[in-house]
This record gives sequence, structure tokens and C-alpha cells, in this order.
Amino acid sequence: MAGKLAKLLSDLKEPEALEYVEKALAKGSDPMGLLGEAKEGMNIVGQRFASGKYFIPELVFSGEILKSIVQMLEPHLKKGEEAERLGKVIVGTVAGDIHDIGKDLVVFMLDVSGFEVTDLGIDVSAQKFVDAINNTGSTVVGLSGFLTLAFDSMKETVDAIVKAGLRDKVKIMIGGGQIDEQVKSYTGADAYGKDAMEAVTLTKGWIGG
Amino acid sequence: MEKKWEEMSPGEKRETRFATWSSPKLPDGKDFQFQSPEAEVNYKARVQRFKDVIELKKPDRVPILIMSTFMPANLHGVLPYDVMYDTDKLKTAYTKFMVEYEPDYYITPAFAGNGKIFEILDYKLLRWPGHGIPKEASGYQYVEGEYMKPEDYPALIDDPSDFWLRTYMPRIFGALEPLKMIPPFTDHWEPVMAGPNMIPFGIPPVQEALKALMEAGNEAMAWIQQIGAIEESFMSMGFVNAAGGAAKAPFDYLADTLRGSRGIMMDMYRRPDMLLKAMERITPIAIKSGVGGATIQRNPVIFLPLHRGADGFMSDEQFRKFYWPQLKAVLVGLINEGCVPALFCEGGYNTRLQYLKELPKASTLWIFDRTDMVRVKKVLGNTIAIAGNVPAGLLLTGTVDDVKAYCKNLIDVIGKGGGYMMANGTGMDEGKADTIHAMIDFTKEYGVYQ
Repeated sequence: MAGKLAKLLSDLKEPEALEYVEKALAKGSDPMGLLGEAKEGMNIVGQRFASGKYFIPELVFSGEILKSIVQMLEPHLKKGEEAERLGKVIVGTVAGDIHDIGKDLVVFMLDVSGFEVTDLGIDVSAQKFVDAINNTGSTVVGLSGFLTLAFDSMKETVDAIVKAGLRDKVKIMIGGGQIDEQVKSYTGADAYGKDAMEAVTLTKGWIGG
Repeated sequence: MEKKWEEMSPGEKRETRFATWSSPKLPDGKDFQFQSPEAEVNYKARVQRFKDVIELKKPDRVPILIMSTFMPANLHGVLPYDVMYDTDKLKTAYTKFMVEYEPDYYITPAFAGNGKIFEILDYKLLRWPGHGIPKEASGYQYVEGEYMKPEDYPALIDDPSDFWLRTYMPRIFGALEPLKMIPPFTDHWEPVMAGPNMIPFGIPPVQEALKALMEAGNEAMAWIQQIGAIEESFMSMGFVNAAGGAAKAPFDYLADTLRGSRGIMMDMYRRPDMLLKAMERITPIAIKSGVGGATIQRNPVIFLPLHRGADGFMSDEQFRKFYWPQLKAVLVGLINEGCVPALFCEGGYNTRLQYLKELPKASTLWIFDRTDMVRVKKVLGNTIAIAGNVPAGLLLTGTVDDVKAYCKNLIDVIGKGGGYMMANGTGMDEGKADTIHAMIDFTKEYGVYQ
């Protein structure tokens, strides 16, 4: 049974959820407990998205509510209280493409699903992906691209990962705009996902959790 | 006696618009001169094919539309940067494309945009080659932002034109920022105020903004004359411009270039009534803008790119409340003026198909990207004309045989009985010569109706 805050957040009751947090903090409730409940709420949002009850607006709106909740909780949280993460993932929009909406949704869904996400941003060169794999030790790489130019950028990124000798250390997923099975084969990626939830499913399949 | 325009039925208006499209005239009213009798025959046959498809009939063969922005430039090794800054290069590349590939319909080369105009106005909505992205980039890219703030809703609802002029334009064009200092034009209502009301136009930054507008206007005038000449030359060769005007779903007006994705999604929750009211104001503006284009261009087709109503972008309930009624109102408004809405559904539209049944029969063309075409044909084959579905991924990374097989299936299954136009599923900046050729040539050969 979900807690009150988890329910308010997952039902997208913005003013009620924020008021609940304010009152709970005033009463001296444990901020970590509240954060845990908020995460539980986000998990419910994720499940509803996966089951087709929620759509992109609900993901984005719940993210906004979560942001406000975290802002309220932050001054009360002790440092180093970060929960255990399931595994590390790198996500970025490939070279030449500056679109971020789809990429941001994937980052967001992976984050609320318990993964530690390194978001490299937009127009990310192949070398930056390679460096990030070396620096973070991530085992999953997500390449995003909205434009058709991304087909070649993705292929070049996969090639660079092969060249750096890292291909067997990571699983690579691609997604966005015109990406399909055909493009997946062309780029040499391991899989493609058609939405943010599929990115989570793929990552869970590879890392576990 | 000929019927007056306002006395005609929507069907009669459409017939008139098609007749005008089929028999082009010069600006002075004289008949347009084709480069050969054969070119004229081809031109008329292409318009007729379009008409047959809209009327859900069998044309002589499946017609072909290639949806492209910079594809003609990139296919011929010319940089988009060059075609955005040099109309001669634009003409050479786009003409080569038409001559070599011979699609039935083309997307206007004006969509390439004019880099100089963007520069003069310091345009914020795009990054284009040499400006924010490398000079070698394969096209321009859109910069999403919250160009309209939540608190702007009342201003837009009260007076859309005033909002556009004094709030929106100053935000999307850096050079027009000073226009926010001018008073509303509706302040001019009393003779004694005529003098004082001119004071803001004496402010130096406002004058600079007006100069920038004039400079952009001069550039645009020179540019459009050249674009017009290119299009006339395409027409003289027998090719047909795919559209005369453009419009959008009222939700997309707000979502794409005003509120942005995040903003509009918040609005559905935080201020749904404002959003609905704003769309109500935008609906007649969208219709008027589309019809105006069709009339000036003497081409009845109105292109509507659909964005935020696709599968996954909103729930069915949200689609029924915020997207479909307003889009339908725009479509009906266009159809009533004799126009032919051509809707481009990027992404998937599988969960929305049942609503399309509500449209007047044989009045719209729907260009699909990733929608289940078999289901479209089954559910909507008697209601809408269907186009599209050749994937960009297939065209850019597949083989000639893959493309032929894909097109064959579309012609066999979706083209059966007519009402279908071959088209790629999305507007493309890049191209691949062999597969684009295969798509066009194979359709011309195999897509002939008995």
C-alpha cells in the first residue's frame, strides 16, 4: 500500500502533494522517509506509463512536482544519504543533433527507476561517449537522435566504442525520431527502444533491478 | 450566370480551386507557358492524379510525393548553408533534383529558408548552418523554448495580433525586441491622440527595429522573386507544387513555437481553461492563414504538419479535449472554403484513427509515418486519402531491393482500388540516390492501375 505522498504524487495532485510535504516537515517528519515516498510515487507513475494509463504529459508533470518536493526537502537532507543505485548508464544526443526532449525523458525515467545516469547533453561527439565510458565505468550507453543525420552519428559512435576496445564492456541502445530495427542494424547497436519506458526495460534486462 | 463564391457549396469551391490549379495563369492573367506540350500534359496529369487520390478514385497510376527539406542539396553535394545564402546554388541543386528524379510533386524550395533574413532579424527559433551549428551541417534545427510565458495567456486571448506584435515577435527576433515599447495600435481612436501616439516611433531603438524590418523585407522581396522563378521553371517542366498554404492544429500552434513541450504539458494540468480559450482564438486565425495561402498560390492543398497529438504524446482523453475538436474545426473550416487539407502525421497515429472517421468523406489527405497502414486502409479507406509510410531509415540505410519490396507492398495493399499516394514518412534533409530513385522509378512502373 503506497503512502499518502506517493499517492498524491502519482495521482498528480500538485498543490496537495506540496502542502503535505510542507506540513510533514513542520511536524518533524523524516525527510529521507518523505523522499523515499516521493520515489515510490514516481515508480507508480512509471508503471502507469508502461501500462498505457499515463503518457508523456504525465511523466513531465510528475517530474515537475518531484522537482518542487526535492527542493523543499533538500535543506533538511544530510549529505551522503543517497540511496544505493542499481547500475550506471550514459545517455546523450549524438553529434550534430541538438534535440533533447526525448533524451531528457529517458534520463528521467532511468533516474527514477534507480539507475545512476550520466547525462552528456546534446551534440555529443563519439569521443565524449568513449571518455565517459572510461571515466564512469557505465555498462549501458543510450544514444538519442531525432534527425536522420543521427543514423551516421550513431554508427560513428558505436564504431568509436569498438575502436577504443570497449564494445564488449557496454550494451548500446538507441532511440528517437526515425530510429527503427533497420537503423539499429545499420548502427551496430544492441537494441532500440521506441519510448522512455523501453529504455528502462532494456537497461533492466542488461543490468538487472 | 456564374455563381458567386459565397453562394457555392464546399464541393463547388473545391472544383473551382482544382480547375484553377490545373490551368495555371501568369500574374497578368494570361495562360502560363509550359516548355513543351508534353510538359503541359504531365502537369495536368499530375494535378488530376492528386484529385483522383483525394476523391478516393483510381488515378492512372500511384502518384509520388518526396517530402524533403535539404535532400535536393545534400544529394547533389551542395551544402544547406550554400542554398540558404545563395539562391543560384539553390536553383542549381533543386532543379537537378527535379530533372534527375522526376517526382510528381515537390516541396517548395522556400522551405530551405533564407539565412540572411534570419541574421538581420537575429532569429531565435532556429540554429542554422554557420549559426549555432557548423557550416557543414545537413540542415537547420529548431530551438525549443518557452517563448510565451504562462502569464501571457490573457494577452493572447484578449488580442492575438497585439500579443504577436508586441510580445511574441520581440522575443523570437532579437532585432525586434524594441517593438515591445510601442503602444497597442488600438490606442489610435481619437484625433487629438494621433500626434502623441507617434512618440514611441521616435525612440532610437524602435527605429532600429523598424529599419531591421525594412532590411529583412528588402531581402525577402529579392529572395521570393528568385524562389518564384524557380517554381515557375519547375511548373514549366510539368512538376506540381505539393501545397499552396499551410496551417496547424491549434494545440501545435501553442505547443511548438509558443509554450514549448514542457510548458504546454503543464498547461493541460495547471491552466486547462486558458489553453482551451487560447485555442478557440487561434482556430479562425489558422483557417484564414491556410485559405489565404491557397488563394494566392492558386493551389488548394493546405499542408498541416501534426506534432503533439501523435501516439504517446497525450492520452485519449487529452486528445479528445485539447487536440481533436480544435484540429477538426480547422479542417472543416478549410474544407468549407474548397481547400484540401494534407496532414502530415509524424510518428504513429494508431490510437487516433477512429476520430478521423468523423471527417467529411474524400476531403483530406493523410501522410503517415509509422502508423499501421493496413489498419488505416481498413478503417479509413472509404473516408480519407492515404499517403506515405516509406521509412527514412529504410531510404537512408536500406538497399534498392528493400525499398522496392516495401513500395510494392504499399502499392498492392494500400494502393488497392486507389486513394493512395506514395510518399516517404517524414521530411528529409538527407537522401541516398539509389534508394530514392528506386522508390520513384519502381512506383511509376509498378504503380500503374489497369
